[in-house]
Amino acid sequence: MRILVIEDDPVLSDGLRAGLRMLGATLDIVANCADGRAALSASEFDALVLDLMLPDGSGLGLLADMRARGDRTPVLLLTALDEISDRVKGLDAGADDYLGKPFDLDELGARLRAISRRQTGRASPFLSCNGIVLDPAHMSVVANGQVMRLSRREFAVLGALMERPGLLRSKSMLEERLYGWQEEVESNTVEVHIHKLRAKLGRNVIETVRGLGYRMRVGTQ
Amino acid sequence: MTSASLRSRLFLILVAATGVIWLFAIGWIYVGTKQEVESVLDARLQEAARMVASLGTSKNIARSSVEAEMDGPAETLIYERQLACQIWSLDGRLVARSRGAPISNLGDTQTGFSERRIEGESWRVFTLEDTDKGLRVLVGDRLGAREHIVTDIIKGLLAPTLLIVPLLGFLIWSSLNRGLRPLRSLALELQQRQADDMSPVETERAPAEILPMMDALNALFSKVESARRHEREITAFAAHELRTPLAGLRTQAQVAIGTSDPDARGSALRQIMIAVDRTTRLVRQLLDIANLDALQNPRRDAHVNAGAIIEEMIESQPAHDGLRVEVDPVLNWITLTANAELLLLALRNLFENAVQHTAPRGILRWTVERRPGEIVVAIEDEGPGIPPDELPLVTHRFYRGRHKTASGSGLGLAIAELALHANGARLNLVNRADHTGLRAEVILPARTEALPGGGAELAPAFESGLATTSS
Repeated sequence: MRILVIEDDPVLSDGLRAGLRMLGATLDIVANCADGRAALSASEFDALVLDLMLPDGSGLGLLADMRARGDRTPVLLLTALDEISDRVKGLDAGADDYLGKPFDLDELGARLRAISRRQTGRASPFLSCNGIVLDPAHMSVVANGQVMRLSRREFAVLGALMERPGLLRSKSMLEERLYGWQEEVESNTVEVHIHKLRAKLGRNVIETVRGLGYRMRVGTQ
Repeated sequence: MTSASLRSRLFLILVAATGVIWLFAIGWIYVGTKQEVESVLDARLQEAARMVASLGTSKNIARSSVEAEMDGPAETLIYERQLACQIWSLDGRLVARSRGAPISNLGDTQTGFSERRIEGESWRVFTLEDTDKGLRVLVGDRLGAREHIVTDIIKGLLAPTLLIVPLLGFLIWSSLNRGLRPLRSLALELQQRQADDMSPVETERAPAEILPMMDALNALFSKVESARRHEREITAFAAHELRTPLAGLRTQAQVAIGTSDPDARGSALRQIMIAVDRTTRLVRQLLDIANLDALQNPRRDAHVNAGAIIEEMIESQPAHDGLRVEVDPVLNWITLTANAELLLLALRNLFENAVQHTAPRGILRWTVERRPGEIVVAIEDEGPGIPPDELPLVTHRFYRGRHKTASGSGLGLAIAELALHANGARLNLVNRADHTGLRAEVILPARTEALPGGGAELAPAFESGLATTSS
């Protein structure tokens, strides 16, 4: 899951970076509306965590602009203003969820998984394909009845491919899922992770479409 | 009931005043009528005496015929038997008398008016002596009858009064009720009001007499409302400003508990320390602002050495490695007359602001300068300065501009400005011309004898000190 956080408090940002990473997400963090708009136009995110009181304006304005543009990225408002009227205003402006500060990190993670799951149109919290079941909440993968041990990045690549089995994912799209902007992208990493996944799950699970990308193989076995 | 009713009071006053005026009028009429009646009746007595005297002589008046002529009916109404007449010869013989007149002499021997009691009744008598005819004519009437006339007139006046007084009372009462209706409706409106309803009272149909009171009430409402709004805003802002660091603390604590990586745990704990320090400072600043808001007319008569107070303030701050702080030695020659605590608070917040915005190895400089009528103590930093459009906003509470720092609360400059105002000084923020950075100027009025209160005073040596620095 790649998540954009727009939050101006450095300690909280740092905590979110470390905490959501532990939960298997990739984070990009910006501290104001202008940088947030730039990030949203540059990349696709699975979810946006948005603070309301930002130094250069209200998060609600940014949210309204996003929705007016037709941007359907799920948005979770994370703010100190959590009167009922504030919540109603936020949800009516197009937010998918609302969490008042201070909050529980696990709850934040669960809510983010829930809103991004709804975005892809799935009802089940699990992703499954060809006997492989992926549980995003516990970062666990069961293949043919056996629990697999995957690294954080292997899990992220597999999760991205399993969201839409059979749909092609380009290498750069997978890289975006793996790395925030601040992280250095190593060449061949995606290939390395695919290679490891194939070794763990079986050679034919992931199909390479030369020059275009990767997809889950559907309907074999 | 301890609270006096305006209506009852007005009613009593009006009724009493009307009653007193009425009684006074009756008294006036009584006295006037009595005098008038007396003069009219006296004139009649005189006239009657002359008439009798002109008719009779001692010769042609038969002793008893006169008596018979002057007879009237035995028992008549009091007004018809008022007069009594006696004719005496000058030698003291009763010649004639009217019926009903006493037999004994009505008057004494003098002529003119006299009063005397005969047979238990008071008489007013006019005596006329006619020496030519040898007669003395006495005509008198009973004083009781005179009183009776006056009493009848007064009774005639009083009878309608007894009828009119209750009517008047009723009219006064009902017009008072009518007149006081706007007051009652205002009271009712205020009674039914919710505690948090601070909307102004409708004054369009209010009578002119209670308009000032209603205007004052509305002014009070708006004052209370704005104070409450201000308080709500501060509380909401404070809640926001406290909740964010708390969220940071909780998240970092959860990371520290949840991670198995010792480096990540260490980093989370360091972040927790930072957040605790920042929150502590925020709480202190919130208290400072609450204290400054509640402050009224602080004493500002302490003599403070500018250099010493700046040194003391810098020493109380945690060490900032790499930052160099320069203090113009001329400051040691300057005595400020101010409230030392408030001045220290302002200087500390300005200093903290400068420290936060200056990179390591930067230079902070405290300077002093004299302008006509003013002493300017300033701190210059090497930070990014403040964008010109934000300069008027940065002293607003919780305002944090584009160049904000992680540890800033948006309160420091607001506190500095409040504390300086309470000291009779003002804060002026300008971007430096010679370097990037902000110059925060504390402008104090130069102290003169005519200007008590806050101010600054230069030691004589300052002039020479200034000369050295400028040359």
